[in-house]
Amino acid sequence: MDVLSIAQTAKVDTGDTAWMLAATALVLLMTPALGLFYAGLVRAKNSLNTFMMSISAIAIAGVMWALVGYSLAFDGTGDLIGGLHNVAMHDITNAPRDGTTIPHLVFFAFQATFCIITTALVSGAIVERMRFGAWMVFAALWSVLVYSVMAHWAFGGGWLIERGTLDFAGGVPVEMGSGFSALAAALVIGARKDYGRQALLPHNAIYVLVGAGLLWFGWFGFNGGSGFNTGANSTLAFTNTLLTPACSLITWFVLDLIRGRQVTAIGAATAIIVGCVLITPAGGFVSPGWAMALGFAGALPCYAMIVFRPRTRVDETLDVLAAHGIAGFTGILFIGFFAQQNWNGISDGWVYGNIDQLGDQALAALAAPLYAFGATYVLLRLLALVMPLRVSEHEEALGMDTVQHGEEAYPTGEGAILVTPEAGIDEPVPVAQPG
Amino acid sequence: MKLVIGIVRPEKMNDVLEALYRAEVRGVSVSQVQGHGGELDRVETYRGTTVKVGLSDKVRFEIAVSDGFVQTTIDALCEGGRTGEVGDGKIFVVPLERAVRIRTGETDQSAVTPVGA
Repeated sequence: MDVLSIAQTAKVDTGDTAWMLAATALVLLMTPALGLFYAGLVRAKNSLNTFMMSISAIAIAGVMWALVGYSLAFDGTGDLIGGLHNVAMHDITNAPRDGTTIPHLVFFAFQATFCIITTALVSGAIVERMRFGAWMVFAALWSVLVYSVMAHWAFGGGWLIERGTLDFAGGVPVEMGSGFSALAAALVIGARKDYGRQALLPHNAIYVLVGAGLLWFGWFGFNGGSGFNTGANSTLAFTNTLLTPACSLITWFVLDLIRGRQVTAIGAATAIIVGCVLITPAGGFVSPGWAMALGFAGALPCYAMIVFRPRTRVDETLDVLAAHGIAGFTGILFIGFFAQQNWNGISDGWVYGNIDQLGDQALAALAAPLYAFGATYVLLRLLALVMPLRVSEHEEALGMDTVQHGEEAYPTGEGAILVTPEAGIDEPVPVAQPG
Repeated sequence: MKLVIGIVRPEKMNDVLEALYRAEVRGVSVSQVQGHGGELDRVETYRGTTVKVGLSDKVRFEIAVSDGFVQTTIDALCEGGRTGEVGDGKIFVVPLERAVRIRTGETDQSAVTPVGA
């Protein structure tokens, strides 16, 4: 983020680079963690397919990012979109990236992991029914047409960052980008055939909790690395990443107790994600005290959305809108009120006397949902003209794992007959063949 | 008094249960079973190992009913379980020698009549 750099240095700092290398690896871990989180939330027969949507995002969004996405997001200072200078990794070297003290290569890799996790996030809206092939085509186009554009607006020198909108680690491109795209995707793809008729329950709550825990762990790199150094904003964001989700958890516990008289585990996992998302845009800009307030209060609209959404006909299956869209929106606006210059060195919010900051934040909170929703809606409608987006009802009933991947998450091997023996075994062991 | 055994697709289990409730057939045992019928074998690959999975997952309903309820039960199983594709399953009706309700010691007809019916 250019505004954060205190001085333009032409020198690579070893400490900053060491941290950013580690942070990049931390953020990459978030995508398999998300796969685990999502896989636990779906039925067993769709769990591999759900996990694979996240894994495929690493491949597809990663390659698209290297080919064209990075350049469109981070080359140049066009208002709406970047340039083509860095297409296909051109001129991305060990020289420091402008405005940072880390090699351009590291900056590229760190930003790539953001594009990957954001693309994977959108899959939560359409699991258990979208064709895997159609998902991969969608992911390739979405990562460029939606993510790269919004990343340019908020990080890469586009109109939002130019007018002073503060977004530390991606409230605009990552959280609102994925959340409101998820709503559009759910509307275009349509509900699962049994949605609203049968109970469609998470098949493994432990996966959900482990996934949420690993996401939180990775989020220290996500937020802590978004200053691109080991300076004050970065350490502030790092510590806030501990505080805010802890506070969201408390709010969630209390709301669960009021609503159902019991604290739920899947609710807790959701609260961790919501807390991490809330502090994503605000991490390096608000004091630890306000970060805790954000965790306590910001969880409320997300909880409300999670209670409300399943009562509608919109099968936005894993509530990406509530956990990412609404939380990102809340976090972005929160900066406008409670940013503190003596913590962030850049700008105050309304509470500290600068109402203009709230205006800039509100603009982002308006533009990001509109663009994400609109662009994703049009993209999927166009894609539907050239390929079927979802599997047949019969295949949906059988489950995506066997239909799309020819594998099961929990195969027993009972009744399975070897077709190709493993290396070294010449004759297959005779097996009673039924029928 | 008959024991109606219905073997259906697992993904149709909820539809079958719904059809049974609508037909006011209560008192059902359900178990997960695997079996082989006329369905094509499914091929799965795990790294280098390709296998033909000859057994398909099915759900087995066991319903003890008085003679007058046999056809109703069969109709409900068919209605809830049918997709029209090979692999929808089978229904077997077998005579039932005795039935005892453990709680009351009631036997036969009154043992298979649901409480409150």
